[in-house]
This record gives sequence, C-alpha cells and structure tokens, in this order.
Amino acid sequence: MWKFLHKLASPPHFYDLSAKIIPWFSVGALAFIAYGTIAGLFFAPADYQQGDAFRIIYVHVPAAYLSMLAYTAMAVSAGIGLIWRMKLAHAVAAAAAPLGAWFTFLALATGSIWGRPMWGTWWEWGDPRLTSELIMLFLYFGYMALRGAIDDTAKADRASAVLALVGAVNIPIIHFSVEWWSSLHQGPTLVREGGPAIVPAMMYPLLAMIIGFSLLFAALLLARVRSEVLYRERRTHWVRKLLMPSEEST
Amino acid sequence: MKPRQQRMLAVGLAVAGLAIAAVLTLRAFEENLMFYIEISDVVQGNVPQDRNFRVGGLVVEDSVIRKPGELEIEFTVTDRKNELTILYSGLLPDLFREGQGIIAHGQLGDNGKFVADTVLAKHDENYMPPEVADSLARHVADKAANQTVAEEATGSAE
Repeated sequence: MWKFLHKLASPPHFYDLSAKIIPWFSVGALAFIAYGTIAGLFFAPADYQQGDAFRIIYVHVPAAYLSMLAYTAMAVSAGIGLIWRMKLAHAVAAAAAPLGAWFTFLALATGSIWGRPMWGTWWEWGDPRLTSELIMLFLYFGYMALRGAIDDTAKADRASAVLALVGAVNIPIIHFSVEWWSSLHQGPTLVREGGPAIVPAMMYPLLAMIIGFSLLFAALLLARVRSEVLYRERRTHWVRKLLMPSEEST
Repeated sequence: MKPRQQRMLAVGLAVAGLAIAAVLTLRAFEENLMFYIEISDVVQGNVPQDRNFRVGGLVVEDSVIRKPGELEIEFTVTDRKNELTILYSGLLPDLFREGQGIIAHGQLGDNGKFVADTVLAKHDENYMPPEVADSLARHVADKAANQTVAEEATGSAE
C-alpha cells in the first residue's frame, strides 16, 4: 500500500498512470450525465408544487455538491503537501481550484435562476446557505489570486495551502447552515434522517448526475494536474525526454 | 519529534484552533445569522425595535383575504403554536398558497399586525409527482379521521 502510494507520488509514474485512467473516467462521466439528463428532463415526473421547474436540481445539486467536494480535495491535498512536502499534492490543490470555482459559480447561478420564480427573489443577503456558498467562491478567487501573486512555486504552494486550510472551516458551515439556522433555502433532501424525501423516479437521474459530475471532475482534475506536473518538472530529465525524444538520443 | 511530525502537529493545531474560533464566532452572532424570526418570538415581543425584520411561518388554511380589484392581501401565518396576521400589497411568488411556508420582510404595526414589503415562498425538501402528493394527503386525512373516531369511542366509554 505505502509502496504503491510512494510510486504514485512520483511525477513520471503519475503522468503515465493518469493517461490510462482519464479515458475511463471520461466515458463514465459521459454515460452517467447522458442518462441523467435524458431521464431527468424527459422521464422523471413533474413536481407536485414546482411543476417542471424542479428539473433544475439535476444541474444545481451536482454542481453544489462538486463545489464542496472540490474544495475538500483542494484543502486535503494542500494539507498533505504541507506536512509531507509532497509536490504532487500541491499540484493537485492548484489544479482543483479553478474547477471548484466554476462548480460554485454554476451552483449559485442555477440557484438564482430557480429562486426568482419559486422564492420570489434572485438573491437574499442574509440567508446562511447562500452567503456561505458565496464566501466559498471568494475563497477560491483568493486562493487563485494568491498563487498568481507569488512567482516562486514552492512559496506559492505553502502560502496558498495555508489559505486553503483556513477556508476549509467554511465547508461544514455550508453543509449544516440549513439545519443550524432558519433559512430561506430548504433542508437536505437526499441525506437526511428518515431517508431521502424524493420519489425514486426523480432520485435515480439525480444520483446519476452526481456520479457523472464527480467522474467529470476527476477526469478534468487529472488532466489539469498532468499539465501542472509537466510545467513544474519542465527542467527535469524525464520531461525533456518526453517532449524532445530526438534531442536526447543525439 | 521528527520535522514531519512537527508539521503535522502544527497543521492539526491550527485547523483545530480555527474550528474553535469559528464555532465561538458563529455562536456569538447566532441571532444575526437567523434569516427570520419565529412567530412565537414575535408574538411575545422579542423583536428588534424600529427596524425591519423577517418572520417565517406557514400560511393558515382559509386565512387569505383579498380585496376585490386590489393587490392588497391579508393572511395569517402560524408556527403551530402562535399566529400572526400579515398585511401585504404586491406580487406574490408562484409557490405562495395556503399551507405553504413563507417568509415576510417588514415591520410590526401598532395594531399587532405585521406590515410586509416583501413576501417570499419557502420551498420544502420534498420532491414528488402530484399523484403521490394526493395519495399522501389522503392517507393523512384517513389517519386523522380514524383518530377522531377512536378518540370519540374512548370518550364515550368514559
């Protein structure tokens, strides 16, 4: 197990292994998202209160879930990078940030579009769920800005890792905001006491979308880490050999 | 201690300290983090003075009074313990209906009625097609009917 992890942490080995994994994740993501989209839009019944407008959950819920998963992945990688001085972990954290920011934006945008007809408002300042999710978007922006502001990669890794860990305190706040405080946003539907509060015909496409989005995130993250690794290792022997095989042989 | 263990301890303590700080801060601002105030608190007078605030509750069945030809509407909300009458003039969200959770923003008038400038509908976490909702409502009604019958039976036995 440790041997496998050590081997995985070596950039050339990661570079080879990820090339083999990415196609599988991509095909899986495509299959799950295709099923979820078709079943969610055409086969799931309309909601008793919201009618067809409820179908936005098939984008909104996976996006919101991934926005938090991406931050968790970023913070854990940053922590591993700090403690074990693992360069690959810092590369993962750096690669996760823009993806997480996009998922956060998508969750906020779809929520706002749905909120206008259903709640009667685009946005409500003071709602704990909405506010904590917006704070996460700013944390992503801050993380990326901090990385961009420091030229030295090792210094940027360490400084941004601290910021990522500090911001991680927001993750449980986002998740429990609707339970701890009174809010406009409704409580959890899938993970709650007494089982999911959604009929199976509506739930399966939603679960498929969540799995599909997760696989898509994994594939995009690996692809981004690959290019990040190439850039970071640009002066090493194996990258030169990879990119300019002819030069090496002469 | 090895340097790696020292770093582990430092990161662990920093995260733990931060979590405690966050918990304390959130507890200190507890009241301000509430998006709305419960009806019972409003009825008991636990409301900010001279400041707008939000109240949340369920619209009581058959309590909505509309004046013909006007936007003005009067309805009662409840938290199943206390009730509060709300006056509002304006457009209502799609989900506004009797039995629905709503949030109103405004001020408490002198007559004990809440004058709202905004009314938002709160959606619940349940997703189901209309047929399922109907049969659920029927089950609840049946259960309630059975209960009344049972209560009457025990009542007459006494």
